[in-house]
Amino acid sequence: MSASVSIANRAVAPADLLSRSRRRVAWTLLSPAVIVLALWAFVPLIMTLLYSFQRYNLLYPERRGFVGFRNYGYLLSESSFWTAIINTIVMVVAVLVATIVLGVLFSLLLNQNFKGRAVARLMVIAPFFVLPPVAALIWKNLLFDPLYGLIGWLLKLVGLPAVAWFTHFPMIALIIIVAWEWTPFATLILLTALQSLDPEQLEAARMDGAKSVNRVIYIVLPHLARPIAITIMMESIFLLSIFAEILTTTAGGPGDATTTLTYLIYIRALLDFNIGSASAAGVLAIILANIVAFFLMRAVARNLEA
Amino acid sequence: MRDQRASLPGAALAWIVAFLMFFPILWMLMTAFKTEAGAIANPPLIIFRPVLESFAAALSQSGYVLFAENSIVISLVSTVLAIAIAFPAAYSMAFQPGRRTQDMLVWMLSTKMLPPVGVLVPIYIIARDTGLLDTRTALVIVDMLMNLPIVVWMLFSFFRDIPKDILEAAQMDGAGPRRQMIYLLLPLASPGIASAALLAIILSWNEAFWSINLTASHAGTLAAYIARYSAPEGLFWAKLSAASVLAVAPILIFGSLAQRRLVRGLTAGAVK
Repeated sequence: MSASVSIANRAVAPADLLSRSRRRVAWTLLSPAVIVLALWAFVPLIMTLLYSFQRYNLLYPERRGFVGFRNYGYLLSESSFWTAIINTIVMVVAVLVATIVLGVLFSLLLNQNFKGRAVARLMVIAPFFVLPPVAALIWKNLLFDPLYGLIGWLLKLVGLPAVAWFTHFPMIALIIIVAWEWTPFATLILLTALQSLDPEQLEAARMDGAKSVNRVIYIVLPHLARPIAITIMMESIFLLSIFAEILTTTAGGPGDATTTLTYLIYIRALLDFNIGSASAAGVLAIILANIVAFFLMRAVARNLEA
Repeated sequence: MRDQRASLPGAALAWIVAFLMFFPILWMLMTAFKTEAGAIANPPLIIFRPVLESFAAALSQSGYVLFAENSIVISLVSTVLAIAIAFPAAYSMAFQPGRRTQDMLVWMLSTKMLPPVGVLVPIYIIARDTGLLDTRTALVIVDMLMNLPIVVWMLFSFFRDIPKDILEAAQMDGAGPRRQMIYLLLPLASPGIASAALLAIILSWNEAFWSINLTASHAGTLAAYIARYSAPEGLFWAKLSAASVLAVAPILIFGSLAQRRLVRGLTAGAVK
């Protein structure tokens, strides 16, 4: 309807004038948001890029100068950088697999019709609202602690030795914590998607004698394909930036066993004050995130058209 | 018409899952009501006499009240600012769309995709050079900018559901954009505004990266407080749990009220 109105407007000269002034008002209203976001998006980005080509350490600011691609060269030749890349990929992929598998399972369970399911749903979703450092500390102390933690006690009950999780399996412990935080996110999105599934379609399949396993495989999972793809992309963006959990549990250690790219940049920038190197790593992190974001934004844009 | 009742094993499994997922929070809650000795008792205490001494200890800690106040002020102010900037922008895009509106919207959302760590260095240096390190102002600005795209998007999608005729009729009667926004849109879209605000408050309250890196002892939020608490006081589990319960409780309550809206907000409507 609005399209036909604007065509009608275009035909007459005074209306055209009116629409031009309307457009100016529209832009005036839009501009504060656009301007602050443009500043936020571009200024720091350009600064990161500039710093990444400089020798720049906050401890020796007088020795600052242009060094071309040297920061990148050093970074790419360091084993600690590649360890961080591998740690990042391991953590992100493991958490993604865990959260999607559990998310599908939990959303199917919670989509059932049973008494008190609103409460059960809230209980599953609750971990998403816990402050990241709190989540990390609950697990590190109350649950994982080898001496007083609950899991150690449970292991002892069944005759197994207590495990010093953060000494022997730091990455696994970290993955468990982060997966616990993000499974609710996957569950919530998939549950929402499940509720838009046509119940009559499922009913028809049931009448036709399809077993429940087959109903899930042939009707439910295809319906969830797109929401799963979107969950994966959204989570990747957030998981790439996991920080507080690492800081409060392992501080990247032992050694660099849990140092991800995000944590490496933090160490370089705010502990070593090596601005040049941190910025080069920052640029690489941005490129990595952009690859994921590219696909995500395409999905969102397609949805806007629909 | 609803699907029929779940089978008994199905329902039982759902409750087991719910219990397991919630258990760490429950255990924290229980630990918060124990004494320090009770918190590390072995075997763990399931049944005990609850005491409030850990809450009293956490609250009497010099930093806690200040950091809680920071969390409240920063999340509220940044949310109000984000809505104030997003509201006219969303109005403009929803009711006076141009050819570029959709590109604009996608571009705004794409700024969310920038990993914070990629711009940690410049933001830190800008904050340092402008004297904003360890101030509430710095976190208000950063949180506002982080949430602005989501808030614009949420308001836009709520506005889009409002029939255009209502605003057009008002326009015919001579109401300018300002009067349309204040007298029509504000009341009509208030549920949408409320849920956008709720999401922004939750995200800003739980924001840890910038809070930890841009603040020290003055402007830190509860996220930074708990993160720093971990080092020297990590062994006082009951006190730590009590402080954590106080930090988490408001958002748990807010979040459970708004769970459905959150999906739309967080996925930019890509999942409905």
